[in-house]
Amino acid sequence: MATSVRARPDGSPPPAAPPSSPGPRGRRRSPGGWRSTLYRWDLKAIPYVFIAPFFLTFAAFGLFPLIYTGWLSLNRVELGGDPTWKGLENYTDLATSEFFWNALFNTFTIGVIATVPQLLMALGLAHLLNYKLRGRGFFRVAILAPYATSIAAATLVFAQLFNTDYGMINGVLGWVGFDPVNWESSKWPAQIAISVIVTWRWTGYNALIYLAAMQAVPQDLYEAASLDGASRWRQFISVTIPSIKPTIFFTIIVSTIGATQLFGEPMLFGGSVGISGGSGNQFQTLSLLMYEKGWVTGALGQASAIAWVMLLLLLLVGGVQALVSRHNRKKLGG
Amino acid sequence: MAHTLDRSPAESGIPAAAPAARPGRRFRQTAGRQHHAGPLTYVLLVVAAFVSLFPLYWNLVAASHSGERVVEAPAPLLPGNRLLDNLSFAWNQVDMGEALINTTIVASLVALSTVLFSTLAGFAFAKLPFRGRGMLLSLVVATMTIPPQLSVIPLYQIITDLGWFDQLQSVVLPSLVAAFGVFFMRQFLVEALPMELVEAARMDGAHSLRIIWHVVFPVARPAMAVLGMLVFVQAWNDFFWPFIALTPDGNPTLQVALAGLGAGNHTVDHAVVLTGALISTVPLLLVFAFLGKHIVGGITAGAVKS
Repeated sequence: MATSVRARPDGSPPPAAPPSSPGPRGRRRSPGGWRSTLYRWDLKAIPYVFIAPFFLTFAAFGLFPLIYTGWLSLNRVELGGDPTWKGLENYTDLATSEFFWNALFNTFTIGVIATVPQLLMALGLAHLLNYKLRGRGFFRVAILAPYATSIAAATLVFAQLFNTDYGMINGVLGWVGFDPVNWESSKWPAQIAISVIVTWRWTGYNALIYLAAMQAVPQDLYEAASLDGASRWRQFISVTIPSIKPTIFFTIIVSTIGATQLFGEPMLFGGSVGISGGSGNQFQTLSLLMYEKGWVTGALGQASAIAWVMLLLLLLVGGVQALVSRHNRKKLGG
Repeated sequence: MAHTLDRSPAESGIPAAAPAARPGRRFRQTAGRQHHAGPLTYVLLVVAAFVSLFPLYWNLVAASHSGERVVEAPAPLLPGNRLLDNLSFAWNQVDMGEALINTTIVASLVALSTVLFSTLAGFAFAKLPFRGRGMLLSLVVATMTIPPQLSVIPLYQIITDLGWFDQLQSVVLPSLVAAFGVFFMRQFLVEALPMELVEAARMDGAHSLRIIWHVVFPVARPAMAVLGMLVFVQAWNDFFWPFIALTPDGNPTLQVALAGLGAGNHTVDHAVVLTGALISTVPLLLVFAFLGKHIVGGITAGAVKS
């Protein structure tokens, strides 16, 4: 995150900037003028040569498309046709479109259901893994296994497990004495099922990130807390959590970015009606709506406007995060 | 972060959770791990491991039954005897074999080029003074937050104009280098590469390419390996853009082929669909089983230090 590049979870100061190199003066100027010219040129230009591949790739495949998408969003464009200028019409159309509000709301609710329990469970798991354990390596790799599973593979497996008629999850529920749940066609069950897929894939990954941050917490903080008679739970709340706050922020931001872009899980979960997010659009996310507008309806201007709304949402989240972390730094007097 | 220098993790500010580059080296006993785990901890961890692994186990079970059996309640819990039949059907009839080769090509190219370019850029940002360094590094980090949704529409038009639709280069080229990789290598090299080494090589009159080859690459090797694995996994599993740029019946990666199966493009049964999922997952699981420790280190180093 741009705002927290220098912050470090363990509270240590950022690494000192490397001393700037004294340059070619370290070397006696050689009589062969061309060599030293070449050498000086090498020293001046080479950093730019090294960073060029990234910035060229970004310019071609990131920045240019980003700006062009912004321009397209102000036009009416049919797939394969020429753009006609419409100003903000695409955006005003979105504001009055029930499909857009539905998708925005779904993105938000699935995002919350998929992110909040996931990060809380990850925090708990990290705490457990932080004890002295037998088989630590096994547990780490086991909870990371879902991360190795692709969106497509995970969703296809869970779609079977969540199948209303023959899926194992309804089977287990029936065995315990519940009625079968309609996981695909009812709104909230479908959103919960999709959130379960996201949670399954990412909980272990976040737990390992928290674990690394927890292990960087200085031991003497815990010792001091113990001497003050703090229980283990108290130590977790008053020592562990505050110490890894920057890392928690990092995971919240990354998960939020991910949740805003949800596409593959709802699409594949919905099977033949995946693009529309179920037969009643009950789990159509912004990404799905954008894809539907662009590649099914062929309205590229509308699709571009949705993409830009997504960027604005993320900027909003980033702004809030920046404010909160600044507020926190002020409180710490740092 | 993998660490080859003779500095303790604590000294260099690297979380000691990160495993060492050398396999078999023990984790340091560090702060926070102050108590032995009680039985409840083990129970909860076993539950977490079970929940993590069960869907993968069940994927294998479902891929070893007939299509009819998979859609019968109660769902099968033990492997059947149809795995080889399903594999050969998926391989030959719905071209999962071709998709596997395509995915291997794409993920390898993306991983190699990302590692190479990220190391060069990371070295420049870590150790070379140049005008605008801080600002440009912030820009690199900022680009990480831009969702792919913002570029796919023009990208789709570009690859269609170039005649690359449904060609693998359309998914390789936009991923030649990643902001995450640049930042990751910079974070590693700032601490792992002593400036004296670079200076000494400069004194000897070495030009930059020699320094890269003889000084930077040897020091960065463990981080390059971790980054390569992370990027390989990401490229292997990438979905959104490949789904737009490729078609299931043309030149798909595994994920695009799976999406085609899941959407019912082919009239295949659920056992074959899940066999496809298995073909996509198993190669990466093998990578994790052998190199999981280093991947764990890479993930944590990339996040904790940002």
